[in-house]
Amino acid sequence: MHIPDGLLDAKTFGTAWAIGGVFMAFAVAKTNKELKERQIPFMGVMAAFIFAAQMINLPIGVGVSGHLLGGVMAAVLLGPWSASIIMTTVLALQAFVFLDGGVTALGANIINMAIIGVFAGYGIYLLFRKTWPNRTGTLVGTFVGSWVSVVLAATACAIELALSGQGSLKILLTGLLTWHVLIGLVEAVIATAVVGYLTQVRPDLVKQTAKA
Amino acid sequence: MRKEIVVLLILAVVLALFVSPFASSSPDGLERVGEDHGFIDNAEELINSPIPDYAIPGITNEKVATSVAGIVGTLLTLAVAYGIGYLVRNRSESGSKVRNQQGGGK
Repeated sequence: MHIPDGLLDAKTFGTAWAIGGVFMAFAVAKTNKELKERQIPFMGVMAAFIFAAQMINLPIGVGVSGHLLGGVMAAVLLGPWSASIIMTTVLALQAFVFLDGGVTALGANIINMAIIGVFAGYGIYLLFRKTWPNRTGTLVGTFVGSWVSVVLAATACAIELALSGQGSLKILLTGLLTWHVLIGLVEAVIATAVVGYLTQVRPDLVKQTAKA
Repeated sequence: MRKEIVVLLILAVVLALFVSPFASSSPDGLERVGEDHGFIDNAEELINSPIPDYAIPGITNEKVATSVAGIVGTLLTLAVAYGIGYLVRNRSESGSKVRNQQGGGK
């Protein structure tokens, strides 16, 4: 759901850039505390994996495809602030190097996929972890949180497009959600598989949230 | 680096090199809605991307162009994210308690 240039009007993309910029400055400060020295290589690998996985569009219906976003997956493993920086890094490279998502629209894409797509889903994940403080809670939380993150990111995307006069909110929301409730399932399956694999041998790879 | 993380990196490289050329070329959810309702025509290109649409310019074989773009992007992302992680952590080390492990830094 990378919004290209030309779809958002100046007030919308300007506001989104401002919000995204302030938030990321905050995320850098938070990541200072959240990220451990030995996790830096993991952060690089996680970003690389998300970039590669986002190239793999899977058919989800006739004439429509979707790919992983990865925000909740990264948040579960590295913490939400590090995850938002990872997502922003991927989105910026996609916009400036690969013409995937616009440069004026980058702020909005950051809000959708690096902020909402990380924190909203991570919040859901934490609820599950509180209920089931074990591996089951981690995996079910990752699954549900990932699905929710895609649906809410698509909702935000529809709102931004509507604010920019690309159509009525009702039409945009209906259209985007129709596909993204399905794309969210793809997201949930991949994220849960990756988190499941990485925590199979070393459960400690999951970011410890109890004392955070 | 832990074995599991190395496996994840290998998986990323395999996806980029060998799977990306066979990804679905159908529009994604947003593009599809944009086609259905006509607003996708308002999209424009504001910058000259070096590797537009995940295809290295000048390589005529589409699959090879995508594959090379995939590995370039994956390694670039690895390097940039690692660098950002390093810089972010390095800043904290001057101002907080975790300065005991190494004297290197910047």
